[in-house]
Amino acid sequence: MIPKLPRGVRLHRCKVREAEVLLGPERALMLDPIAHAILSRVDGAASEAEIVADLSETFGAPVEQVRPDVSAFLADLAEKRLVNLDG
Amino acid sequence: MLAELTHRCPLACPYCSNPLELTARERELDAATWARVFREAAALGVLQLHLSGGEPASRRDLEGITASAAEAGLYTNLITSGVGLTERRLRALEAAGLDHVQLSLQGVNPQSADLIGGYAGGFERKMEVAQLIAAQGFPLTLNAVMHRLNLDDLPRMIEMAVELGARRIEVACVQMHGWAARNRAALMPTRAQAEGAKAEVARARAALKGRLVVDFVPPDYHSDYPKACMGGWGSTGLVVAPDGRVMPCHAAETIPGLVFQNVAEAPLADIWRGPAFSAFRGEDWMQEPCRSCDRRGLDFGGCRCQAMALAGDPAAADPVCRKAPGRGLVDALLSASEASVGGDGAGLAYRRF
Repeated sequence: MIPKLPRGVRLHRCKVREAEVLLGPERALMLDPIAHAILSRVDGAASEAEIVADLSETFGAPVEQVRPDVSAFLADLAEKRLVNLDG
Repeated sequence: MLAELTHRCPLACPYCSNPLELTARERELDAATWARVFREAAALGVLQLHLSGGEPASRRDLEGITASAAEAGLYTNLITSGVGLTERRLRALEAAGLDHVQLSLQGVNPQSADLIGGYAGGFERKMEVAQLIAAQGFPLTLNAVMHRLNLDDLPRMIEMAVELGARRIEVACVQMHGWAARNRAALMPTRAQAEGAKAEVARARAALKGRLVVDFVPPDYHSDYPKACMGGWGSTGLVVAPDGRVMPCHAAETIPGLVFQNVAEAPLADIWRGPAFSAFRGEDWMQEPCRSCDRRGLDFGGCRCQAMALAGDPAAADPVCRKAPGRGLVDALLSASEASVGGDGAGLAYRRF
């Protein structure tokens, strides 16, 4: 499965708040560093498994620990129509 | 930030949130001033821009205004009736960097929609525009303002959102400000409609999970606690009127004594810190029962304009609140509404200049 940000949803760096934000239709979600690390890897090319592997390597955390967190995070955004998981 | 680019509109919805005294075209800000305001807004930390009105497409320079907002780095949302948009204009808006379209829906068929919108042929035109929006791939939200005349059609409204390919629907029960306040008796939902709407929203959310996001603004007279109006006065939102006056909410000019600064005369950052925005910011202005209430951080005492309209005091607790001394006023209005026949739109005052 290849997660993708649908049209009208994008990452934004807010200089005033010094924060990473996910902007979508009438939504602005302030992202913590983990959420940003996940979403910055959602490029419409990498699969969820590849994203998990990349995060696991970058942060030195076991894949089994990273996978459920990434999966739950993306599923929650998909329910809000801020991520597409059907690709 | 809500940018009301114009008060001109082909529709004449009797629930319009615009003030009764509308601003004429000659007094509208020009595109260059809007561009400066957008840059100032982005520098102030504004993320989302709603291009609204009136009907924003009534401005022939909407495309250029949109481009300047996108250049400022704002997320741009067009709030439109669809009337005045064409395939060519939508392409130009796409090129300008428009992010999202919010299309209003007055009713589920020409008879009901055009009665409410006060514009013959409006519904058909809107449906054509909805197809064009979908064909160009814009993310689409349907905005359905619900009231006594159309609440029974809510299930069909939600169905239409799915058919039109919308990602979101806002089921927004009418808030009694502007023209809606003037038409309160005709627009007030019945108790049965209010309950039915809650149930239908819950059903649709479960049935359409992951397909359609259903946002719900409940009819607040029927609620026990007031709405957290604007997320708190002067906390997250601002409205720029067509003539450049900046207000903490749409209806703020109904509060006597507030002076609204104009973007033509002062930088937005100064206005944000100015007297109108400070008037009800935070908690210092609160009276009892708000001052010591454990909900004051949740709903901020409710809506200042509603406190003014119903209790005659903008610093009073919103009379919708069960704990407010003014709750009897709301209950009396509800009882009167329940007893009236209504529902046919007779006696509606349409929004006109």
